[in-house]
Amino acid sequence: MKELLKVKDLVIHYQTDDGLVEALNGVSLSIGEGETLGLVGETGAGKTTLAKGIMRLIPNPPGKIKEGEIFYDGKDLLALGDIEMQDIRGGHISMIFQDPMTSLNPVMTVGDQIMEVIQKHNNISKQEAYQKAGEMLELVGIVKERANDYPHQFSGGMKQRVIIAIALACNPKLLIADEPTTALDVTIQAQVLEMINRLKKKLNTSMLLITHDLGVVAQNCDHVAIIYAGEIVEYGDLQQVFKNTQHPYTEGLFGSIPSLAANVKRLQPVEGLMPDPTDLPEGCKFHTRCKYVQDICKKNVPPLIDIGEGHLVRCVRCQKQ
Amino acid sequence: MTDAKNEILRVEGLKKYFGSSGAVLHAVDDVNFSINEGATLGVVGESGCGKSTMGRTILRLHEPTEGKVFFKGENIVDYDKKQMKALRKEMQIIFQDPFASLNPRMSISETIIEPLIIQGVYDKKDKAGLQKRVRELMDLVGLAERLINTYPHELDGGRRQRIGIARALALNPKFIVCDEPVSALDVSIQAQILNLMQDLQDELGLTYMFITHDLSVVKHFANDIAVMYLGQLVEKAPAELLFKNPLHPYTKALLSAIPVPDPDYKMERILLQGEITSPINPEPGCRFAKRCPLATAECSGQDLVLREVEPEHFVTCRLVQ
Repeated sequence: MKELLKVKDLVIHYQTDDGLVEALNGVSLSIGEGETLGLVGETGAGKTTLAKGIMRLIPNPPGKIKEGEIFYDGKDLLALGDIEMQDIRGGHISMIFQDPMTSLNPVMTVGDQIMEVIQKHNNISKQEAYQKAGEMLELVGIVKERANDYPHQFSGGMKQRVIIAIALACNPKLLIADEPTTALDVTIQAQVLEMINRLKKKLNTSMLLITHDLGVVAQNCDHVAIIYAGEIVEYGDLQQVFKNTQHPYTEGLFGSIPSLAANVKRLQPVEGLMPDPTDLPEGCKFHTRCKYVQDICKKNVPPLIDIGEGHLVRCVRCQKQ
Repeated sequence: MTDAKNEILRVEGLKKYFGSSGAVLHAVDDVNFSINEGATLGVVGESGCGKSTMGRTILRLHEPTEGKVFFKGENIVDYDKKQMKALRKEMQIIFQDPFASLNPRMSISETIIEPLIIQGVYDKKDKAGLQKRVRELMDLVGLAERLINTYPHELDGGRRQRIGIARALALNPKFIVCDEPVSALDVSIQAQILNLMQDLQDELGLTYMFITHDLSVVKHFANDIAVMYLGQLVEKAPAELLFKNPLHPYTKALLSAIPVPDPDYKMERILLQGEITSPINPEPGCRFAKRCPLATAECSGQDLVLREVEPEHFVTCRLVQ
């Protein structure tokens, strides 16, 4: 599989009045053509910062990409100028935002909003763009007559479809979906995910799927990365991470999910809370909540090591083996 | 059948309509059920199905349009204001959004003290007594004592929800409506709160009506589950039985839409077409017929009621024998 996106040692910090927010602390990952990578973590883990970092949408100030490299199709995104970056956004890399209720413009018809991206990236007439917008709506299962309606006339699930139509309008090669179904009901979530998968296969798009739902990952992704306090703590294919869980945090995430199959009387969640990103602990960032904590965890940051066949884990317990 | 001796709450023919002449929104439409003391009834449904309205109508936070609510054998719909105020000691609610349900200008201790003073459990001047009770409650829900004078904005979602729970418990209620208490929280925090609620139930003998859109959340701690669709209960059964043998096509679709966190699990999704239909002036007949893969012409025209098809298993669908 050809590598499409490569992120190397990305560090993003926000300088705020309350101190330096260390949102992302050296994240590396890569996505191949047609591959779906699931990125799982809790609120404040740095998932959205990573997505915005790749799109170069980090507001500066207060945010700043301190270190690292982002390569898309061999191009260094951090070296591109603003105009070139505009070509990438929407044309090559598209993003689906989390909240369908707030990410559409309320005073533009949905048709105009889809046309906007089409006209930006293709040199075609307004009429052709309008026709293409109608086709995109049909593709996501909305009749094209509704192109002249405004966002408030649609339900949540349909708004999310419109956003997907905008994201896919210019056949991007990489789709970054930031919690695309979190705000939706389960039956609608199933519809939307099924549609994203169908379109992804049809257009051979790669996807970075950001979510906190391990169920969504298991049913939709090829690889999964678990992120905690701005660091990837475990990475591997589905079998490796789901069937041979190594990191205590990943273990805790699985323990928190009420299982439908097994009869669990009590959940086994991770105790405590995510550390404050302005005041991260020394050493392993998870040691304050870890049930296997040792003295060494409080001093040294464990490296991300390969425990076999590309299964990466950031934990001293794996180093010894 | 339910043992009448242990029954704490019984709802008969409860209806709540909004709006008047012309467009009438049937939020809750002829609902019947009962809950035994110390048990948990899970109410599951998608957004807009009327589950929150039902919870609030039972507490008379909305006045019912029609129907009876028996609490400990007495019809509380007939209660006057004074009787109702006294009753509120026994019936409490935990709200969905811990970010919106706390007064931002009141500290934790003020928030927990308020119901104690309103109900006259403690005298306003009894500072020592009030402080002692607040500390007791904070300890009960796992809030550190040092947080006693903090304000909601200083706390994370999990801690805020703990305040909401402490406030609901302040008056030693018997019955609590839990309106999506964990859906705004991260999965590891969600599990912590679910465990807490389970412990409190065992310790204090509470009865819960647990409203949620997430079937997997209620599975492990509800005794009975009622599935709601457009203001009506369409299926009700003991939790285990409902998962083992779902009968209503909507319940089946709902169960099949939950993403299972296991990569080897092949989902057989029943994808529903369309979205929840409008609850305004619904036509008689099965409300689910428009989205139901099995619907025939006979499904509309006549309203359906819950029938017992096997012991303790109730379903409305006329196709179930």
